Amino acid sequence: MAAPRKSTPTVRRAAVLGGNRIPFARSNGAYAKASNQDMLTATIDGLVARHGIAGERLGEVAGGAVLKHSRDFNLTREAVLGSALDPTTPAYDVQQACGTGLETAILVANKITLGQIESGAAGGTDTASDAPIAVNEGLRETLLAANRARTTGQRLKALTGLRPGHLVPEIPKNLEPRTGLSMGEHMALTTKEWGITREDQDELAALSHRHLAAAYERGFFDDLVTSYLGLSRDNNLRADSTTEKLAKLSPAFGKGDGATMTAGNSTPLTDGASMVLLGSDDWAAEHRLTPLAYFVDSETAAVDYVHGAEGLLMAPAYALPRLLARAGMTLQDFDYYEIHEAFAATVLCTLKAWEDPDFCKGRLGLDAPIGAIDRSKLNVNGSSLAAGHPFAATGGRIVASLAKQLHEKGAGSRGLISICAAGGQGVMAILEGA
Amino acid sequence: MTDTYTQFVNSAFGKQVAGRLGMPRPAALRRYVPGAALIDGPVLVGGHGGGPLAKRITALLGHAGVTVVDELPAGGTVSGVVVDLSAARTPADLETLRALVGPALKVLAPSGRVIVVGASPDEAADDVPLAAVRRSLEGIVRSVAKELRKGATANLVLVRRGGEDNIDATIRFFLSGRSAYVDGQGVEVGPIEAGAAVDAADWDRPLAGKVAVVTGAARGIGASIADVLARDGATIVCVDIPAAGEALAKVANRNGGSTLQLDVTAPDAGARIVEHARTRHGQLDIVVHNAGITRDKLLANTDADRWKSVVDVNLMSVLRMNETILAPGALADGGHVVCVSSMSGIAGNRGQSNYAASKAGLIGLVHALGASADLHHRGITVNAVAPGFIETEMTGKIPLATREMGRRVNSLAQGGLPVDVAETIAWFAQDANAGVTGQVVRVCGQSILGA
Ligand SMILES: NC(=O)c1ccc[n+]([C@@H]2O[C@H](COP(=O)([O-])OP(=O)(O)OC[C@H]3O[C@@H](n4cnc5c(N)ncnc54)[C@H](O)[C@@H]3O)[C@@H](O)[C@H]2O)c1
Repeated sequence: MAAPRKSTPTVRRAAVLGGNRIPFARSNGAYAKASNQDMLTATIDGLVARHGIAGERLGEVAGGAVLKHSRDFNLTREAVLGSALDPTTPAYDVQQACGTGLETAILVANKITLGQIESGAAGGTDTASDAPIAVNEGLRETLLAANRARTTGQRLKALTGLRPGHLVPEIPKNLEPRTGLSMGEHMALTTKEWGITREDQDELAALSHRHLAAAYERGFFDDLVTSYLGLSRDNNLRADSTTEKLAKLSPAFGKGDGATMTAGNSTPLTDGASMVLLGSDDWAAEHRLTPLAYFVDSETAAVDYVHGAEGLLMAPAYALPRLLARAGMTLQDFDYYEIHEAFAATVLCTLKAWEDPDFCKGRLGLDAPIGAIDRSKLNVNGSSLAAGHPFAATGGRIVASLAKQLHEKGAGSRGLISICAAGGQGVMAILEGA
Repeated sequence: MTDTYTQFVNSAFGKQVAGRLGMPRPAALRRYVPGAALIDGPVLVGGHGGGPLAKRITALLGHAGVTVVDELPAGGTVSGVVVDLSAARTPADLETLRALVGPALKVLAPSGRVIVVGASPDEAADDVPLAAVRRSLEGIVRSVAKELRKGATANLVLVRRGGEDNIDATIRFFLSGRSAYVDGQGVEVGPIEAGAAVDAADWDRPLAGKVAVVTGAARGIGASIADVLARDGATIVCVDIPAAGEALAKVANRNGGSTLQLDVTAPDAGARIVEHARTRHGQLDIVVHNAGITRDKLLANTDADRWKSVVDVNLMSVLRMNETILAPGALADGGHVVCVSSMSGIAGNRGQSNYAASKAGLIGLVHALGASADLHHRGITVNAVAPGFIETEMTGKIPLATREMGRRVNSLAQGGLPVDVAETIAWFAQDANAGVTGQVVRVCGQSILGA
């Protein structure tokens, strides 16, 4: 236990001590029957086992899901209660679209930094297989009216309002409510605007698969992943992926000749969950755990994609200069870049924007462009195009993998995380190797 | 795994049927329950020539709260017989054993125990009658084990010169329910380096404060080993391949241990095990090499892949990991290594030449390391269990007739449970057992195979 003190916040480092995820599975496949709670519970249990902390009370567990049943209002707390953690571990849910997983880690890290908690776990889960299906809006209104009725007569009268069309369920769609466009359609607009070629996108996708496959072969994921329901590797992974094979796919988003985005260079709907373990240096030492990396800083940005001022997934481009300014760093100062591959084009547009003098001056208000990165430091162990992208689980995947990479690289090494999210948001964080 | 046959023949109706038809009636074995008495009921202790070791045994039983008698109680039963023949000089002296044990067998309680204590035939030098009588004990024990019924067992403890003070853990093991499925076996107890501790502070938690690594811990026998070592007080590290991670996590969490996902054939497996145990738990005291696979085929039909994978996982990996684990500064002084061999490694098995090669190889390894002066000096023991037919998912898949056969062809007329193998390993892992090294104990209910 930390020494007793008066409640003046002490600022200290929050360490990433390790992580766990279940292999990601393409939707309606291996995890078709698993719920978010099942996956999150299994993921917490794997995290607990890896770190030998069964029965331990953590300061808190923060988690969340993007596609969520109403019965899952207390999803993370329920998962904790079903796990091997001490049931007196508090938990809460966060929802920031694809930024959820990283945002939970930032929240827990900040509480550790302020000395409010000593330890915590953060992450998320998502299933597009066991997605909530809402009843048709007409049916919902009719049933609510019947429920409000005081007499049987009134109730029957209300129910006569039922129509066959009311039986068509509402399946959640990956649509932006304010534009009615899917995320892919939004991205296609930005891709076109930045003139990102099909070849470049396919090359990034092929590289993601090759990197992820190599990382598995090397045993990199031996202490990051725990098998689940018979799966021990992400089943979207195509170790033999090549640009030639990817070139054969027809475009899935965008229209006409200029359409470049395919199922191969976009992430598929995926099921999965991830969690990272965070703690203070003291807590780590008490539990004989080795800090892998420290949280340095984070920044979230949002853009006005609704009125066409910016592309839906371009918010990270805006978060970066603010983050760099605070850290006193340049983009080129990092040893690793983890840029979430929602679509290959997302990564390429963002990188291109940072190199573009007009964008950097006009939109970011910078005197000079942020500049290019050394591509050999980008997503070195594969990213979402290969692993898949269970929305809220992606942040935990990245934080744990990057922390391990930085630890292997050595103390003081630095890594940048960038995750774009629905609603025109983007979450970024800097980690430093321990 | 339920053994329907055993349940049936022990039901009221089944007992009748089985009796009339002369079917074997396997008894429900007495198994260890923490906190329970070492053995219920009186134990008859005697010996030849004053029974030099009988005195120590009487004292240890008294200390454990067991009633010791030196003659059969009139009209009563005994739960065990311990006879000390360490002072026997010629085969004529065996009469002492006959006179003491013979009548006792008539009144031996269910799951009773016969323990014969002798001196090592290897140390008879050129005294031929001495060598003969010492060897006779093995023949007697093996025969008595076959004669016993109702879950009773007979085992032999051979004491080497200087090992006299180190027999407690072994005597306790053979009397207790921990040895339920160990029958007709012999163990040698030898001297230990001066200064090494042999007193267990707490016989109910003999592994308290120890850190133990179990490979292949996700399921079957390995999961049971992890459970038993943790029950006995050890902090456990559960090792298995990443593909078994989900089950492995459950085993670790229910025992408050940690998981280490790795393939034991990886070149750095030993280093990763040592590193994990030392950084995460501060030390490494016990290593159980349990991970194992089968790829059965007649030698005439098998191929290089099947051959290599079995030899690699079951034997080469153990040789390689031991190099790191037994290097100075890795496994603690006074530590224990236990290998999981197999009856197939002793008796051979059709279609298992690769598996038998690996499991017999482990016996060779254990003998060699058991004789190592360096390890003896550091107080490190290396032993093996050789399970017979154990009821696991693996044996559950054997076709019924063959499975029934496997279960019944032993003196206890039933298959063993994973916990029986685990208990034997946990006993090998006790510090109080430091005098036992280089030994192979079969957990097979005295199977007729390879006996
Ligand atoms: N079941 C029996 O009757 C019996 C009899 C004699 C000997 N044995 C031996 O007992 C041991 C356990 O047998 P079981 O019946 O529990 O088998 P099992 O197949 O149920 O369990 C073996 C475990 O070892 C793991 N394993 C396999 N290869 C591995 C590797 N390369 N690295 C790490 N882990 C690996 C497996 O994943 C599995 O969890 C084996 O060595 C077996 O040969 C069993």
